[in-house]
Amino acid sequence: MPGEDVRVPINSDQDIILARQRGRSVAAEAGFSAVDATLIATAISELARNIVSYARSGEISVHVVQEAGRRGICITAMDSGPGIADVQQALRDGFSTSGSLGLGLPGVRRLMDEFLISSAPGQGTVVIAKKWKQDRQIS
Amino acid sequence: MEVPILKQGEFLIATIQAALSDADLEQLRMALVQRVVKFRSRAVIVDVTAMDVMDSFASRTLREIAQMIRLRGAETVIVGIQPEVAFAMVQLGLRLEGVGTALDLEEGLAYLNQKFKNSS
Repeated sequence: MPGEDVRVPINSDQDIILARQRGRSVAAEAGFSAVDATLIATAISELARNIVSYARSGEISVHVVQEAGRRGICITAMDSGPGIADVQQALRDGFSTSGSLGLGLPGVRRLMDEFLISSAPGQGTVVIAKKWKQDRQIS
Repeated sequence: MEVPILKQGEFLIATIQAALSDADLEQLRMALVQRVVKFRSRAVIVDVTAMDVMDSFASRTLREIAQMIRLRGAETVIVGIQPEVAFAMVQLGLRLEGVGTALDLEEGLAYLNQKFKNSS
């Protein structure tokens, strides 16, 4: 299996585009449909934007995961920014700490199949999100 | 990357040609609002066919463009949202409330021509 892993340092809004484009390529190479690759690219865009908006810099990595005979894409978004005091609140729709722009975390959770977040004030934020390839045919 | 804006009669057509950064989107917003004023345009079409992803920032900026242009008494139509992009937007809970949409540039122009046929 090609171990296509990408890591993109996130420091500016240009890096948001680079991260989602490279993530889309990994998803396409792993056999994801155009729709799923777009969902993955959109999730990466939101996570990278959170890094730029709240932590200024961080890293997005995207890799293929294999588990129990199924294949998926794992996105890891990491930063050492201010962290999130109330993670549960940040996962609620419409919650925002910076004016009108929400964190986009509830949206990312809906786009992906699995979603884990670890964050505390002063300790940065790590989000791990996975999407599994839908192999079953609808008959 | 700057988005070219064409003046076609009473309308402006902005054609996004590649993925846009946040700064590019903000620049587009400013350029469109300024040109609507300058040319006294009645409507703006934003062609997003080439946009790979419509995330929360992009859709918020498009909504803002439409709102600003409406305050000038003009209308905005977004055309060319790709099916995958539309699917992702719905999953993400993003809406383009109050913004006109059409399938493609041709349909967008047909809609506006019909709408402004009797008033110009």
